[in-house]
Amino acid sequence: MTELWNSLTRAIGLLISLDPQVMEIAGRSLRISGTACLLAALISLPLAGLIHFHRFPGKRALINIIQTLFFLPTVLVGLIVFVLFARTGPLGFFGILLTPTAMVIGQMVLITPLLLGLTISALSGVGQGVVDTATSLGASGAQTTWLVLREARYAVLAAVILGFGRAISEVGCAMLVGGNIRGFTRIVTTSITLETAKGDFELAIALGVILLSLALIINIVLNRLQQR
Amino acid sequence: MSLIEIVDLSHGYGKREVLKGLNLGVGKGEVFALIGPTGAGKTTLLRILDLLEVPGAGEIYFDGKCVPRSGKQRLEIRRRMSFIQQKPHVFNLSVYDNIACGLRWRRESRNKTAEKVDRILEMVGLEGYRNRNARTLSGGEAQRVALARCLVLEPEVLLLDEPTANLDPVSTVKIEQLISQVATQYSTTMVLATHDMSQGQQLAHRLGVLLEGKLAQTGNATDIFRSPQDERVAHFVGMENIMYGVITANHEGIATIDVGAGNAIEAVSNWRTAKEVCACVRPEDITLALSSLQSSARNSFPGRVARISTLGPLSRVEIDCGIRLVALVTRMSAEEMSLRVGGEVYATFKATGVHIMERESGL
Repeated sequence: MTELWNSLTRAIGLLISLDPQVMEIAGRSLRISGTACLLAALISLPLAGLIHFHRFPGKRALINIIQTLFFLPTVLVGLIVFVLFARTGPLGFFGILLTPTAMVIGQMVLITPLLLGLTISALSGVGQGVVDTATSLGASGAQTTWLVLREARYAVLAAVILGFGRAISEVGCAMLVGGNIRGFTRIVTTSITLETAKGDFELAIALGVILLSLALIINIVLNRLQQR
Repeated sequence: MSLIEIVDLSHGYGKREVLKGLNLGVGKGEVFALIGPTGAGKTTLLRILDLLEVPGAGEIYFDGKCVPRSGKQRLEIRRRMSFIQQKPHVFNLSVYDNIACGLRWRRESRNKTAEKVDRILEMVGLEGYRNRNARTLSGGEAQRVALARCLVLEPEVLLLDEPTANLDPVSTVKIEQLISQVATQYSTTMVLATHDMSQGQQLAHRLGVLLEGKLAQTGNATDIFRSPQDERVAHFVGMENIMYGVITANHEGIATIDVGAGNAIEAVSNWRTAKEVCACVRPEDITLALSSLQSSARNSFPGRVARISTLGPLSRVEIDCGIRLVALVTRMSAEEMSLRVGGEVYATFKATGVHIMERESGL
């Protein structure tokens, strides 16, 4: 029990003192997961519109597959990216294994199905009446999609937040394709794993608290944006 | 030359046929009302006219050109029309953004958009609501936003689907005034679907009765309300007294019709003797009196009041005269005559107040 209490005070201490090493790790976590989330959103939002507004054979099956991929184990994604980008792998010539780029790719692969699936259901929540009204008022296909995305903005934002949350809290993929290299690919979750292995439970838990604090700040900012 | 012309238009959902072989032309600047009961296919027809749906069969001509079944041209044609749906779907945006979106989609400049939106807000009486979220408005206000959103585009054609169906009487009057103001000011071509016959009568130049997916009759209000073409139209336009009989004599255009139970009525008709017909009288054309009236009216029947019900300022009186007649009188006159169930009363109507139709075969 004292461990928990000590780790909490230590976390506060690290936060207040802006401990450079912790800040560097936290900043890297934010950058990598933020980039992965942004790229995943850029892919998912238009793609979700495309899938939602078009009728094609196998649509139901495709959505089923996307939803199944919500449950992708992070370590499996890491493994696949690892095999693809390993020196002897088919994409080995990029030479990006054990770099932040590989981590971004891994996390993007991990959360794209989640963003895609949740955005599709967000769009389905907007009634056909709104779609017809937009079409009737002279919106083109792309203009209608944009309006419907705006109508579903709260649900879409929730999807993005969830995707970001899954990215920043995962460790399996980051560890495999990033390698937890100090000052290069070490992020909050991989540090927690390392500190736990070293037996410094206090620091490990403190780092967890720091990760949650980051999440809190991001949530406050996004909620402010939503209310506008 | 019609602005909108539909030819042999049919449409269905699955196995259910909703529209069956419609032909209709609406002229430039004309206000055409589609009247018909719920489920007759009015909304489907408007959706097809707005090019939201592709008809199962048949063609639409807009401004003389055949509308293609797919492709970019449909968007161009659709941008010349506006469609006001029965239930207004306002977007979860400010009132201003709701009204501006159609202009933005047409790449109108920012200044011009603001100018037009402000002018239309004033016209529909929502100038104080500019920055409010449209989702927070009442039903009547939302319908005015929907109307403003369409009018700001200055469409050549305005399609209206039961624009006042869910509104209170005050909001209804406001919307109706706006519609007729637009019709006269901008001579916008309109197609208005309504189940409210008086609204159709009041706003439209011409009416069409849509029954079970077919246009049963088109014409002006007098044609439709006084001379329905068949029994179904007669029923729908409120001809409550429909009697079946045979013409027994015809003297110079005044026919005597045996309607059974020893009753004969006289009516203006050119049908010959022995023709099986259907005689219709509007309930408001029947007058009631306590004694036999000495008047020019040819038909007067003694009977007993079977039922009285109140419809606002009017009383609907059912009379059993051997034949069953329904009369609409003001509540005041019903009270003056102290009408009560079982009381004796004379029901009187003119020979010119009877509309004679050929009896449909199989009935």
